Amino acid sequence: MWNWEYTIKILPEILAALKITISATFVAFLVALVVGLMLTLARRSHFRPLSLTAHGFVEFVRSTPLLVQLYFIFYVLPEYGLSLSPFIAGVIGLGLHYSTYLSEVYRGGIESIPPGQWEAAKALNFSPLDTWRKIILPQSIPPVIPVMGNYLITMFKETPILSAITLVEIMQTAKMLGSHSFRYLEAFTIVGVLFLVLSYSSSLMVRRLEVRLNLR
Amino acid sequence: MWFDILPSFWEGAKITLELTLFSAILALFLAFIAGFGRLSKFRAVRILATTYVEIFRGTSLFVQLFWIYFALPLFGIMLPKFAAGVLALALNAGAYGSEIVRSTIISVPKGQTEAAIALNMTPWQRTRLVILPQAFVMMLPAFGNLIIELLKGTALVSLVTLSDLTFVATVLNSSIMRPTEIFSVLLIIYFVISLPFTRGIRWIEHRLSAGRY
Repeated sequence: MWNWEYTIKILPEILAALKITISATFVAFLVALVVGLMLTLARRSHFRPLSLTAHGFVEFVRSTPLLVQLYFIFYVLPEYGLSLSPFIAGVIGLGLHYSTYLSEVYRGGIESIPPGQWEAAKALNFSPLDTWRKIILPQSIPPVIPVMGNYLITMFKETPILSAITLVEIMQTAKMLGSHSFRYLEAFTIVGVLFLVLSYSSSLMVRRLEVRLNLR
Repeated sequence: MWFDILPSFWEGAKITLELTLFSAILALFLAFIAGFGRLSKFRAVRILATTYVEIFRGTSLFVQLFWIYFALPLFGIMLPKFAAGVLALALNAGAYGSEIVRSTIISVPKGQTEAAIALNMTPWQRTRLVILPQAFVMMLPAFGNLIIELLKGTALVSLVTLSDLTFVATVLNSSIMRPTEIFSVLLIIYFVISLPFTRGIRWIEHRLSAGRY
């Protein structure tokens, strides 16, 4: 049933595609980190239209499937003259989707800052920008780094969805190998084991980081 | 155009809702079994439950679905598309759900267990009458979120050609080539289906925090 010879033959090809999976993960995570922070700040804005728009965006993106959002970016934007490569469309889609989750993470960090910090900043005549840059964000981000790490792992696991918009990452490679040989077992099992090993080991690292942050 | 489109969306929506419903029920069972399994006093049960949870949380639903649909037949287990979809969704959500069950049960204060022991309750009575009712209320918002994740996950079955909402939309798009309208409507339908859940979760959370500081 399980063919080791075949497994060893296809393994290098799947491992080679891991590069695309990993670079897509990190670029999308960067998008999510930046957009997530912007969404959090926009939601806290006193300018109602801005905070309502940001809130609506978060609600909408969080309750619709990532796959459909990717289709939207990949198939609808070209209608308006904006053709994106599968990689770019994929990282934008994945990044925007998880930016809504990360905005909750930022919010949690910011809301845990005692009001005294805001008052002190005001008493010391800090400008709003300096208050955020020097007082609030440096204190609210480090405690939530483990949570962000967990989202990085989640995004890594979700990258196979990008194969639906024809990005050739490890899942797409496995699908192509399978359709050539009519044997899906080995290819898909390798992909599963790779994800399991990489995400489980990185989640152990996040847990260690969490312990270390709590000790301080 | 809309007269042709909407009926087929309705057919797809029925499949999506059925998938969500069946897999949610199965996932709830799995979540309780695995959640209690991880708290069991028998080492073997704990290891079994932990292995299940880590495997299904360590890979994504996408990989699990494809594995069940394309790789299992090589072991002689050939599932129809719908069954494969329900199974993958339920196994995945069940693993996440077991964490909800486990964490809420251990968050019930220790004094409750001690009081139940002092009142001479059997372990079964203790769980059923004291621990679970308190844990269950805490589980509700998290389970609500899990159902939304499940609903979103059902879109993936379109990739194994089960004719859910997303599949219907992609087929329509390849025949009439109106991606803007089709995918906008599709996103809105998913949003509308999830609305009762997001509202429900907010209502429960609000009720739970009432009277607390």
